[in-house]
Amino acid sequence: MAFEPVLLRNVGKPEARTLAGYRKLGGYQGLAKALAMEPDAVIEEVKASGLRGRGGAGFPTGLKWSFIPKGKDKPKYLVCNADESEPGTFKDRLLMEADPHQLLEGCAICCYAVSAATCYIYIRGEYVEAARTLEAAIKECYREGVLGDGVLGSGFKLEMTIHRGAGAYICGEETGMLESLEGKRGQPRVKPPFPAVVGAFGAPTVINNVETLANVPHILTRGSDWFKAIGTDAKNTGPKLYAISGHVERPGTYEHPIGVTFREMLEAAGGMWKGGRLKAFIPGGASAPILGPDQIDVKMDFDTVAKAGSMLGSAAVIVMDDSTCLVRSVARLAKFFNHESCGQCTPCREGTNWLELLLQRIEHGLGRPGDAQLLLSISKNIGGNSLCALGDAAIGPVRSLVETFGAEIDLHLNGRGCPYPHRRYFAAGA
Amino acid sequence: MSEPSSPTPAFPEARLPDSARAELDALRERYPTAEAVLIPALHIAQRVWGGWLPDEAIAAVARELDLPAARVYGVVTFYDLFHQKPVGRHRIRVCTNLSCMLRGSEEIMATLGAELKVGEDELTPDGRCSYVHFECLGSCDTAPMMMVDDRYHENLTPERVREILKGLDQ
Repeated sequence: MAFEPVLLRNVGKPEARTLAGYRKLGGYQGLAKALAMEPDAVIEEVKASGLRGRGGAGFPTGLKWSFIPKGKDKPKYLVCNADESEPGTFKDRLLMEADPHQLLEGCAICCYAVSAATCYIYIRGEYVEAARTLEAAIKECYREGVLGDGVLGSGFKLEMTIHRGAGAYICGEETGMLESLEGKRGQPRVKPPFPAVVGAFGAPTVINNVETLANVPHILTRGSDWFKAIGTDAKNTGPKLYAISGHVERPGTYEHPIGVTFREMLEAAGGMWKGGRLKAFIPGGASAPILGPDQIDVKMDFDTVAKAGSMLGSAAVIVMDDSTCLVRSVARLAKFFNHESCGQCTPCREGTNWLELLLQRIEHGLGRPGDAQLLLSISKNIGGNSLCALGDAAIGPVRSLVETFGAEIDLHLNGRGCPYPHRRYFAAGA
Repeated sequence: MSEPSSPTPAFPEARLPDSARAELDALRERYPTAEAVLIPALHIAQRVWGGWLPDEAIAAVARELDLPAARVYGVVTFYDLFHQKPVGRHRIRVCTNLSCMLRGSEEIMATLGAELKVGEDELTPDGRCSYVHFECLGSCDTAPMMMVDDRYHENLTPERVREILKGLDQ
C-alpha cells in the first residue's frame, strides 16, 4: 500500500505557498489547536509522539523542549536550523520552497510550547530562493495576524526573522550556528552549558531542524497516537524524508514511514542508474560510514542503521554503482571535511588535512602498504578529541573504507594509482 | 598583482550608502544585540561594492556597527560567500561534492575552463565571469548542478553549460 505523504502532501500545489491556499489545505489548524492548550500539554503531546530530531542526531524533540526553563520573565528563543549543508541532503530546501507555511506553523507551535517570543530561521546563504519564499510567507503572516502581536487572535506574541548564513558547513552545528547568529565566526562552543540553558544571546534556546518542525503541526492536528503508529517501533516513529542521489534512476526527496528498507527506497527511486550494480551506499549523509550491498535490507531508522555500523543522520542516501572508485569518493568527502573544519581544535584541523592528503596519495598511486593502518590511526586521534562532532563525522566514511572496503585500497597500491576508468558522463562533443 | 591588503585599514571616510544604512536599520530591531547584524551587513556591503569586500567596505561596516575592523575581518575570512578580491560580474559556483561528482561535475568544471579560458577563481579579462568549485549546494537530485549568481542551474551537460554562458551579458 502506498504511503500517504504527510510532510510532502503540498508539494506540487503552488497555492500552498500562500497563506490562504495553505489554510484551505488544512493549514494552521495545528497551531490553533496548540493555542487552546496549555504550553506544557503541547510539549507532552510532542513527547508522546516519539518524534526525534531529523537534523542528524535523532534527539527526542519533546524532551529537548522540556529542558527549557519555564516562565515568561526571561527571553527565550527558537532557532530553526535551515543550514542544510550535509553533502547529499536536500530535503529541507524542498520543504521550504514548496510548503513554507508548514515550517512556520511548526516554528510557531514550538515557540508557544516553550514560551519563546522570538524565532530565527537560520538558513544557509546559498538558499536564496528558499529564503525569499520564507520571507514572503512571513510577511503575509504578519499582515494576516498569524505572527506578531496576538498570534491567531490569542494573547501570544511572536516575532520571526530569516537570518541568512554566509557559507560554512559548521554553522549547521548548533552552537556554531548560535555564534554565527550573534555575528561571529561559526566556531562551536564548549558544552555544557547546553543551548537549552545558555543559547542565543545568552538565553535559553531550542534548536530544531526544518524537517523536525515540519512534523509538529501534523502531530497536533492528528494526534500523537496517529504519529506513533507510523514507523518501526516506539523509538523510531513518524514519516521521514529520504533524499536519495548518486547512481539511481530517479534521484529525489521521497517520503516513507521511518524504517523503510534501503531496498524499498531504491526501488521507489527507480532502481540503479542505467541498470548498474550496487557497490555501496551512504545511508545518512557525508558523515555516515559507508555500507555495502549485504546491507540492502537494512531498515532505515535511527537504531537499525546504527546497529548496522552506520548512522541515519539526515537520511541523505548516496548510492554508488560498481563503476565507482570508493577511494576517490572518500577522498572527496575528506576534502570537504578538511575545508569545513573550523580550525578551532587541533585534532580536527590537522587530522582532516592529513586524511585528505593520504587518500589523494593512495588514489594517485603513491600509496604505501601501511597507509590503511595510518588512516585508522589518524582517525583514532581525531575521534572524540574535539569540541563538536565534525571530526567524528570526518572519520566515519574513512573508517568504513578501511574496515569494510579495504580491498579498494589494496587495488590502488599497484604503483599506477586508480584502477577505475574515469567514466565519461556525456557523449563526446556534447 | 597588488599587495595584500593591510590588516589595519585606515578609511576614515568609508561609509555605507544611505540606502544600505536604511536597510540595516530595519534589521537592527530584529536582534537584541548590535553585533548580530554583522553578517547581514556584510551581505549588504558586498552587494554595494560589486560582489566583494574591499578594505573600504570592511571599514565602513566596522564603523557602522562600532566594531574593530579586525573583528569584521575575522568574520569575513571565515565564510565562503564573502570575497576579499574582485569576482566576476557573474559568479559561478559548481557543486563538486560526492553526489555531483558521481554524475559528472568534473566535466562541468572542465567545460567552464575550456569556454572561459581562465583558471578556477580567476577573472575573465572582461570581468564578466569567475568560477569556482563549491561544496554541496543541496541540489543532489539534479546533479550535476551549478549556481550562477543567485540562481541554480540543474541537470547540467557541457552543452547546457555553454548555453547558460552565452545567455549571460557579454
